[in-house]
Amino acid sequence: MSTPVAMDACPRVSRRFRLQWEEAQQAWVLLYPEGMVKLNQSAGEIMRRCDGSRTVAAIVAELEQAFGASGLADDVAKFLDLARGQQWIEG
Amino acid sequence: MSATGISAQPGPPLWLLAELTYRCPLHCAFCYNPVDFATSGPELSTDDWLRVLREARAAGSVQCGFSGGEPMLRDDLEVLVAEAHRLGFYTNLLTSGVGLTPERAAALKAAGLDHIQLSFQDSTRELNDFLSHTRTFDLKQRVATLIKENGWPMVMNCVIHRLNIDYIDRIIEMAVELGAEYLELANSQYYSWALLNRDQLLPTRAQIERAERVTNEYREKYGDRIRIFFVVPDYHEKRPKKCMNGWGNVFLTVTPDGTALPCHTAKMLPGLAFPNVRDLGVREIWYESEGFNRYRGDGWMKETCRSCPDKEKDLGGCRCQAYMLAGDPAEADPVCDRSPAHHVVLDALARAEAGKGREVPLVFRDPAASRRLAG
Ligand code: SF4
Ligand code: SF4
Repeated sequence: MSTPVAMDACPRVSRRFRLQWEEAQQAWVLLYPEGMVKLNQSAGEIMRRCDGSRTVAAIVAELEQAFGASGLADDVAKFLDLARGQQWIEG
Repeated sequence: MSATGISAQPGPPLWLLAELTYRCPLHCAFCYNPVDFATSGPELSTDDWLRVLREARAAGSVQCGFSGGEPMLRDDLEVLVAEAHRLGFYTNLLTSGVGLTPERAAALKAAGLDHIQLSFQDSTRELNDFLSHTRTFDLKQRVATLIKENGWPMVMNCVIHRLNIDYIDRIIEMAVELGAEYLELANSQYYSWALLNRDQLLPTRAQIERAERVTNEYREKYGDRIRIFFVVPDYHEKRPKKCMNGWGNVFLTVTPDGTALPCHTAKMLPGLAFPNVRDLGVREIWYESEGFNRYRGDGWMKETCRSCPDKEKDLGGCRCQAYMLAGDPAEADPVCDRSPAHHVVLDALARAEAGKGREVPLVFRDPAASRRLAG
C-alpha cells in the first residue's frame, strides 16, 4: 500500500460506496452493487465522520471526546489506511 | 451464536430479490427461470410490490434486486425503484438491456437507481444470436453507453458455458472496450433450462482450465482497470457451494406471482408449501413460515452431512441440487465427493468429456416449450 494517511487529510466516503445506518442490524453499513460491508462500532464511528470536511486530526479529537478516551490517533490512522486500501474512502 | 455458527434467531432478510416478471424477449438456453414459468399465475400489481418493498425494508432488507425475466417489461419499474430508493434500499437492476431506452434510463436515474447489471450472452454477434435467439448484440453496446452516460458503475455479467467458453478472451476484450469496471464470468449453473441442456452446456475440464488461464492473463494485463470474477461450475469442484449463503439466512426471493422463496429455484422442492406475499406479511413469511424454516441451520441434515466436519462451511450445499440429482432435498448436495450420489455428477462430467451434447439439439426457453414441458 501507499503512504500512511496524513493527519491533515480530509477523507470522504468514496463514490463507489454508500454509508448508511441500518436500524435492523444496529450498525453502519457500506453498500455497493449487490453487496454490503457491515462495520463494527468503531469503524462505523470513524466512517460516519469521513465527510470530506473534517481532517483526520479533527476526527480523532471528536472520537476521543465522544468516548472519553485518549491516544486514538494510531487506531484511527490504521483503520483509515485499511479503508483506503479497500477503496471505501478517498481523499 | 450457537455451536453450529447459525444464530438461533435468524438475521433479517438482507437481500430482497424482486422477480417482477417471467416475461422476456430472449430465449436463453441456460435461463434460470423455472421450466414451467409459462403456467405461473398472474403477476403482482404495482400496489402489491410497493407493499412488499415496505414490509421487507421494515424487516431489515437493504439490498434490493429487480430482476425477471426482463424487468424492463414492467412499465411500473420506475415507480418501484423510486419507492425502494425512498425507503433506503440500495437498488440493483438486473437486465438484458432490452427496453432500456435513453428516456427510461433517465427516469430510472431520477428515481434513484443505484446500479445496473447488464447481462451479456456473448461477444460475437453470431454466437450471441445463436444463444439468445434474438439480435441483441448492438443493443447491448448502446445500453453499455447509456449506463456510463448516467454515471452508474458499469457491471457486466456473462453466463459462461461450453459453447462460449473458448471465446472468453473476446468477451473480456469487449467488456474492456465498453468500459466495464466489473465483469462477472459466471459459469452456468445446472438448474431449470440449463439442466435440460446440460450435455450441451457443461464444459470440459480442459476448457475451464484454459479459460481460467486466459482470465488470469487479462487480470495481469489490465490490473485495476477492470475487476474480473470467474465462477467455476460447481460440478467441477469437490465441495458444494454454501448455497444462498444458507437457507433462509439472508436471501428472500419474491416471484412474479407473489410466491416467497429462499432462493429462486426452491419452488421445485416437494412437500413444501411456500407462502404468498398476497396472504402473509414479509416478517411472518421470513420468521414463521414452514417453507423458510425447513432447511435453516443444520437440524434437517441426514447422516452424510450431520457427521461431517465441514458442515458449517457449506451447510450441505444446495437443497434443489440434492433434490434434482439425488432425489432427496435433505441429502448432501451430490457435487460433494462425500455424497452417496456423487456418481451422478461424475457421470455428467464424463458425458461432457465425451461430447455427448452434440447428439441432441438445444432447448431454447420460450413459452410454448415451457407449456409443453410443464405437461
Ligand atoms: S436468462 Fe435469458 S431468457 Fe432467461 S430471463 Fe434472463 S435474459 Fe431472459
Ligand atoms: S458431506 Fe455435506 S456437509 Fe460435508 S462437505 Fe459434503 S455437502 Fe458439505
